[in-house]
Amino acid sequence: MCATCGCGADGGTRVIDLRGEVPAAAHDHHDHDHGGGRHTHAPQPAAGTETLVLEERVLARNDALAERNRGWLEARGIIAVNLMSSPGSGKTTLLERTVRQLGTDTEVCVVEGDQETTFDADRIKAAGAPVLQINTGAGCHLDASMIRTALHTLAPASGVILIENVGNLVCPAMFDLGEDCRVLIMSVTEGADKPLKYPHIFASATLILLNKIDLLPYVDFDVARFERDVTVVNPAAQVLPVSAIRGDGLDAWRDWLIQRSRSISGRPVGPSPAVGG
Amino acid sequence: MHELAIAESVLETITARTGDRQVTEVRLEVGKLAGVSTDSLRFCFELAAAGTALEGAGLNIDEPPGRARCASCTEEFLLHDRILLCACGSSAVEVLAGDELRIISVEVSR
Ligand SMILES: Nc1nc2c(ncn2[C@@H]2O[C@H](COP(=O)(O)OP(=O)(O)O)[C@@H](O)[C@H]2O)c(=O)[nH]1
Ligand SMILES: [Mg+2]
Ligand SMILES: [Zn+2]
Ligand SMILES: [Zn+2]
Ligand SMILES: [Zn+2]
Repeated sequence: MCATCGCGADGGTRVIDLRGEVPAAAHDHHDHDHGGGRHTHAPQPAAGTETLVLEERVLARNDALAERNRGWLEARGIIAVNLMSSPGSGKTTLLERTVRQLGTDTEVCVVEGDQETTFDADRIKAAGAPVLQINTGAGCHLDASMIRTALHTLAPASGVILIENVGNLVCPAMFDLGEDCRVLIMSVTEGADKPLKYPHIFASATLILLNKIDLLPYVDFDVARFERDVTVVNPAAQVLPVSAIRGDGLDAWRDWLIQRSRSISGRPVGPSPAVGG
Repeated sequence: MHELAIAESVLETITARTGDRQVTEVRLEVGKLAGVSTDSLRFCFELAAAGTALEGAGLNIDEPPGRARCASCTEEFLLHDRILLCACGSSAVEVLAGDELRIISVEVSR
């Protein structure tokens, strides 16, 4: 159904017929004639009501909170990285490794987003970093107010905050958390077609980690095609192949984080002269 | 389902401005590239509005199409999805419209 006037066009869900014709999807809203040519859907105030013009972005509240988080982080020279992926791509495994890699040279803390349980937070704690678990219940993404709570609870003074978003390739892309950048993790077991299937999240990532490359000999995953499709939705993104289990590419990932932190905060992540001996 | 979060955000943003006044209609702009299913948004809005001053309010959603400009050949064209590719072969494409997710206006009782 046409979402604006209910005239039988489609309202977002697209049905695509692979035989070549595209039925409902081809309906362009203002192609059709309701008698009188191109119609508009202008307000027609009913008696007893008045029109109040709001002109506000729907996510303005979230975005405003995200900006406050960003300011809070910038004031401390902290970089926050929003890690997004589908469930099981290896976010927690990568974070465990990253925490151990950064060791005591860098202050690193982790925010874990899952619908339920503290399994992931327990793994991070065992790896040695302060961690806060956020359970979103029915919610399928983290939002800026959750991160605000996390920042005030963890209260880091410097370094890096790694945020594991809820496993989902759709809506985490819509909710700004106040992060410095987004890192998307894709594993080779998910199939190379994901950039074109989930273009929003791919478009919003600064770095894409292609994980589980230790499994490449056993799965049908065309790395070249994947990289090509990433470029189509996000020409600026960098793709870094890694194996969070075997360790491939993890030094490059760490270098990327260090570089990022230097360029943003002016304070390096990694070995730095001890203050006061 | 992020449409529920979006519906809740719509409600919060509106009631912050309209308080207890009865709202009979809501006009939104949801661009074709915004990544929001309008069917799902309608469903969630109805659920979220129940028991509030927006209960039963009509949802009027305008869906502007995606538009883009190619940085290489300066051509402007319609964009049907997030695939940033110009007919000239360049992927240096800037999205001009279709990302909108805005509350335009509401009808409130006098
Ligand atoms: N073979 C292989 N398995 C991995 C790799 N990284 C993670 N895994 C496995 O993938 C599963 C899901 O990992 P997890 O880190 O919990 O994913 P998350 O849901 O994204 O946090 C676990 O069984 C991991 O051991 C990898 O690089 N190679
Ligand atoms: Mg996890
Ligand atoms: Zn129409
Ligand atoms: Zn969600
Ligand atoms: Zn062009």
